[in-house]
Amino acid sequence: MIEVQNLRKSFDNTEVLKGISTTFETGKVNLVIGQSGSGKTVFLKSLLNVYEPSEGHILFDGRDIVGMGRKEKEQLRSEIGTVFQGSALFDSMTVQDNIMFPLDMFTNLTFTEKKKRVREVMGRVHLENAEKKFPSEISGGMQKRVAIARAIVNNPKYLFCDEPNSGLDPYTSNVIDDLISEITKEYNTTTIINSHDMNSVMTIGEKIVYLRHGIKEWEGTKDIIITSDNNHLIDFVYSSELFKELRKYLIKINKTSIENIITKVEDETD
Amino acid sequence: MLKLLNAIGEYFLLLGKVAQRPQKRKVFSKILMREINDLGVNSFGLVLFTSIFVGAVAAIQMYNNFRSSSIPIPMSFVGYATKAVLILEFSPTIISVVLAGKVGSYITSSIGTMRVTEQIDALDIMGVNSANLLILPKILASLVFNPLLIAISIVFGIWGGYLAGIGTGSWSAADYITGIQMYMPSHFIWYAFFKTAVFAFLIATIPAYFGYNVKGGSLEVGRASTQAVVWTIVAVIITNLVLTQMFLS
Repeated sequence: MIEVQNLRKSFDNTEVLKGISTTFETGKVNLVIGQSGSGKTVFLKSLLNVYEPSEGHILFDGRDIVGMGRKEKEQLRSEIGTVFQGSALFDSMTVQDNIMFPLDMFTNLTFTEKKKRVREVMGRVHLENAEKKFPSEISGGMQKRVAIARAIVNNPKYLFCDEPNSGLDPYTSNVIDDLISEITKEYNTTTIINSHDMNSVMTIGEKIVYLRHGIKEWEGTKDIIITSDNNHLIDFVYSSELFKELRKYLIKINKTSIENIITKVEDETD
Repeated sequence: MLKLLNAIGEYFLLLGKVAQRPQKRKVFSKILMREINDLGVNSFGLVLFTSIFVGAVAAIQMYNNFRSSSIPIPMSFVGYATKAVLILEFSPTIISVVLAGKVGSYITSSIGTMRVTEQIDALDIMGVNSANLLILPKILASLVFNPLLIAISIVFGIWGGYLAGIGTGSWSAADYITGIQMYMPSHFIWYAFFKTAVFAFLIATIPAYFGYNVKGGSLEVGRASTQAVVWTIVAVIITNLVLTQMFLS
């Protein structure tokens, strides 16, 4: 579990995060959503301590990363897996070496053991036969899967994903979403995803935190988002006319949760 | 001025992060071998080419000056003077300036690209000391391989002077060989290698600083590479003056 207490971050005289407090539970997919410039990336990077918070505390299962010593921080970070927006794969390494890197750095496994583990996670993200390829030789979707494989190879307790669907087609986005959701359950990780992909919000978001101008404006589950009375959130989530009409219709027929919507569709199909 | 002082402070802070024991020796050794290849072995051809021509030009200049002198100077001094200028200045300084251009831009662009594509962030978040992992192997590779490149440069520079004599027919091979066999204080050689080691450190660390702190995209990486080469050459030239005054005056 990750607890965020009154997190503030300023750059020069501009306050980007204005006292955010929330909790991200273990074994759940937590989504942080908001428009561009809302402070999502700064929030994620502050949680990871890439940016030192100006004020507040971030507790990883009770361990406060703010003010933590270098050795403790290195230990905590070895428990974190991260998937970056641009994948951030090491260009000079093959897919296999990229995935093996955390094992090289933080374990004393033999090469055979490491290779076995790499094969396992590559199979898990459906990446067979790509070991010897370099990142520049594979597609964007495959790069994301390599990044996920690298993030989970060391059995992390915490999984952070910064816009994992950006630049991907809708089908591949769904594959990546499902993969992250499945991995969260399998590895029992505390997963935090930065996203402005509404499909992700409606399908895998078990907890959603909505940021606006550096403030947490709303938090809840995907099932109550549709009935929220926060106009900014509704305008953001249901930004297209089609989505707005769909929302009105679903509220009208009293089918507001995702499960209900799916049931409704299945009923009509039968 | 304040900006420059700030940059110098940041440079030394970065060196503090670099100068730590590697987290995993095996990974570090693998990267070190790659850096020796990228920074050292791949510079071999350029050093060879530059040295032969610099040696030939130095020998021709010496010959022209000696011939126009009012006092008769034996032609064997062409060999001696060429050897002396190559050991004292041309090989350590000129080759280091050439390497500052070639190796410096490579270091800044490779580290800078890693920074703008979040690869360095990925390392930091994993709990890896990115400065140590990326910069220390480059420093060690340069410290190990640059003196070797300078030694090769001296040998091929002298050979370039020899070839110039044969090609122009201005001085005989025997005179030239007599000249290069003339006594020279051994501390000249040590001075040349000490200077090379200092320059190697600057060539590895200044571009690494520029690459590590780059912000923005590919355009900024290009700008940082240019700045890094300029500042490395400035640092090499100023350090050369200081070291010459300290050790030879």
